[in-house]
Amino acid sequence: MRIPGLGKAAEIADDGLAGLEHNFITSNVEALVNWARMRSCWPATFGLACCAFEMMAAGAAHYDLGRYGMEVFRASPRQADLMIVAGRVSQKMAPVLRQVYDQMMEPKWVISMGVCASSGGMFNNYAIVQGIDQVVPVDVYAPGCPPGPETLMHAILTLHDKIHTGELLKRRETTGTGETATGAGIMVQQRDGQTAGLAIRS
Amino acid sequence: MTAERVMRRGDDSAVLRLSEAEAARIGGDTADPADDERVMLNMGPAHPSTHGVLRLMLEMEGETVLRSKPVIGYLHTGMEKQGENLTYLQGCTNVTRMDYASPLFSELAFSLTTEKLLGIEVPERATWIRMLMCELNRISSHLLFLATNGIDLGAVSMMIYGWREREEVLRFFEKVTGLRMNHNYIRPGGVAADLHDGWQGDLRELLELIEPRLDEYETLMTGQPIWRERLQGVGAINADEAIALSATGPLLRSTGYAWDLRRDEPYLAYDEVDFDVIVGTYGDCYDRYAIRINEIRESMKIVLQAIDKMPGGDYRLQDKKVTPPPRIRLDESMEALIHHFKIFTEGYKVPKGEAYAAVESPRGELGVYIVSDGSSTPYRMRVRPPSFINLQTLPHLMRGGLIADGVAIISSVDPILGEVDR
Amino acid sequence: MPELTEPEMTEPELTKPEPAESVRYGVSASEISSQTVLFVTVDEYLEVAAAARDDGFDQLIDLTAVDYLSYPGARARPVDVQPERFEVVVQLIDHTSGERLGLRVQVPATEPTAPSLFDLWPGCENLEREVFDMFGIEFTEHPDMSRILMPEDWIGHPLRKDFAVGDVPVQFSEASAPR
Repeated sequence: MRIPGLGKAAEIADDGLAGLEHNFITSNVEALVNWARMRSCWPATFGLACCAFEMMAAGAAHYDLGRYGMEVFRASPRQADLMIVAGRVSQKMAPVLRQVYDQMMEPKWVISMGVCASSGGMFNNYAIVQGIDQVVPVDVYAPGCPPGPETLMHAILTLHDKIHTGELLKRRETTGTGETATGAGIMVQQRDGQTAGLAIRS
Repeated sequence: MTAERVMRRGDDSAVLRLSEAEAARIGGDTADPADDERVMLNMGPAHPSTHGVLRLMLEMEGETVLRSKPVIGYLHTGMEKQGENLTYLQGCTNVTRMDYASPLFSELAFSLTTEKLLGIEVPERATWIRMLMCELNRISSHLLFLATNGIDLGAVSMMIYGWREREEVLRFFEKVTGLRMNHNYIRPGGVAADLHDGWQGDLRELLELIEPRLDEYETLMTGQPIWRERLQGVGAINADEAIALSATGPLLRSTGYAWDLRRDEPYLAYDEVDFDVIVGTYGDCYDRYAIRINEIRESMKIVLQAIDKMPGGDYRLQDKKVTPPPRIRLDESMEALIHHFKIFTEGYKVPKGEAYAAVESPRGELGVYIVSDGSSTPYRMRVRPPSFINLQTLPHLMRGGLIADGVAIISSVDPILGEVDR
Repeated sequence: MPELTEPEMTEPELTKPEPAESVRYGVSASEISSQTVLFVTVDEYLEVAAAARDDGFDQLIDLTAVDYLSYPGARARPVDVQPERFEVVVQLIDHTSGERLGLRVQVPATEPTAPSLFDLWPGCENLEREVFDMFGIEFTEHPDMSRILMPEDWIGHPLRKDFAVGDVPVQFSEASAPR
């Protein structure tokens, strides 16, 4: 038996409890915490458009997100660790998106699902935010329009990898809310060559 | 029967006609003792219901809903504006992302309107393929309704079952169109690709699979006392009110008013197939549920007939103006390559004029109105969104009911917010 | 090397909307893509709509508008119609006969207002709000003339032709929020 994430320390003979020479496993706290975080990453429901259907499909019978310990989609952001932004974010929705993100407890992660959330996609117009990374920090981008459940699962596994190898306290410094926030929640120039109308509303 | 209830303008109307700022003021005002029991409640937009980013402003007295206002626009995508900058060939990629539960219907309406403007007729086989695919799409859309309606009412297993069967239909779509959703399959001039070899067998297998599972749903829900109590008599509306509020689709048919564009204004080849228009009696949530589950059966009937009657021939119009050359020709002919390039970059010019074509989508009348100025992009592209208009009935359905029934009512109207906000 | 020639793009025979001269409810009517369309001014609008409803057009199917600001050339309109920048497009249906009727209201750019149809078909409520939001045409006597799709504090009307399709910054000004 090998407990993923705990490294060699957790390698023990695969014959049940009899294989335990000692009743404890040595590891460092960081590895243990990361392992626990990775295995119970509860997503918040933030389905917006087409991608939300594929997200729900990923959670339903055929694809079964329960295998990764994530079938519990939480309606309350306070109980969620991961926000899957599934779909296009409009100018009207952007403040709501930020508010939901701010309500989530640290540590928290964001998957930007689909091209609309990642870059505005084919809707390069007045109504759609050209990439949610202008509003919240994003950890993993899932491409596709919409990404199939397999793509979403790949994104989730990529995120698991990131959590697993990540440093325990790093996120709070770089993406913490409030005064120290960088990159998130601030109006950023759109990156698609548009130049006009950059006045910041106050 | 009268529609007086929906014509009211003042405070006795079911619609809460307040701006956000005004509502916030009222909600905070505790000075007026008469308003003690009256609470302003906000539901959404990131609400745990399975119907997208709909937000409701509710005026409550205890548990009872008095007035309400659906606040929409949280998914406004500017598709009508975007449509003015995309060619007619690209137009389908745009509209298909509108109603993502039934994308083929938006493509169909857009294609029919463009064809009207161009004055072209598509081959018979293309017409039948379109009808076949649309009916399959209606099945998958209604299965989705059953799933979300189930979970909204707490029948979580229905959620799993509905998605399971929808997945089977999507598998067929993936085989034909290459995509699970947002197919861009129906295009002006025909469809993007012919059906694959052995599609009849695939479809028969699919229908054989769904048929008994529908009976399972009936056992699970239709006859079940809890299910009936939660839906019967909840959110009732009469035919006059539904017509006055411009409602179409299952919402209108649930009141006993038999109006279905497939039968009453036949398009495609609907006049050559045999099916029934399902109507309800009481116009309540239960009728709307029953109509949809039975419409799945009618759609299956149409699919079976389409398998038998599918004509041979071309799956798209062989008109150089609108049809790109076959893929294989690009390797051998420079002319074909140029032709292909021109069609996909410049598009084709559509003569000046305006046209409207409507189809019966799973949610009601879905129409596309295009004004052409003679260029290769529409001058104005307007979609008549059935969910957007059906959503107007929501305050009237909810008035006087309990807040707990609100979710059942939202679910039974079956709005797709992508199409509401466009 | 093969010769670079463009394939022949033949223009198919096409039908253009031919304004047919006839009169219905006292205004000139045309046949546009096999539908009867009535052209009215803002003043005649409500009267003609009421007459149509009394005549059996029981449901309002659609209400929208078109901004003809940058339309090239002339529109196919009957001779006695004075074209204006905005055209409100209404579609009605008579369920008994299955007939559809179009109304086209000429709304001038200088005074973009039109009467509301709320008292005839309350189903126009959201549609008129949408036209107000997208085109800035105000409907008088409407019970709730406010924006419906865009945020309430949005400036401009997106579907007007002088509103650019892109180049809008993210309208989001509250960077920090309490946790």
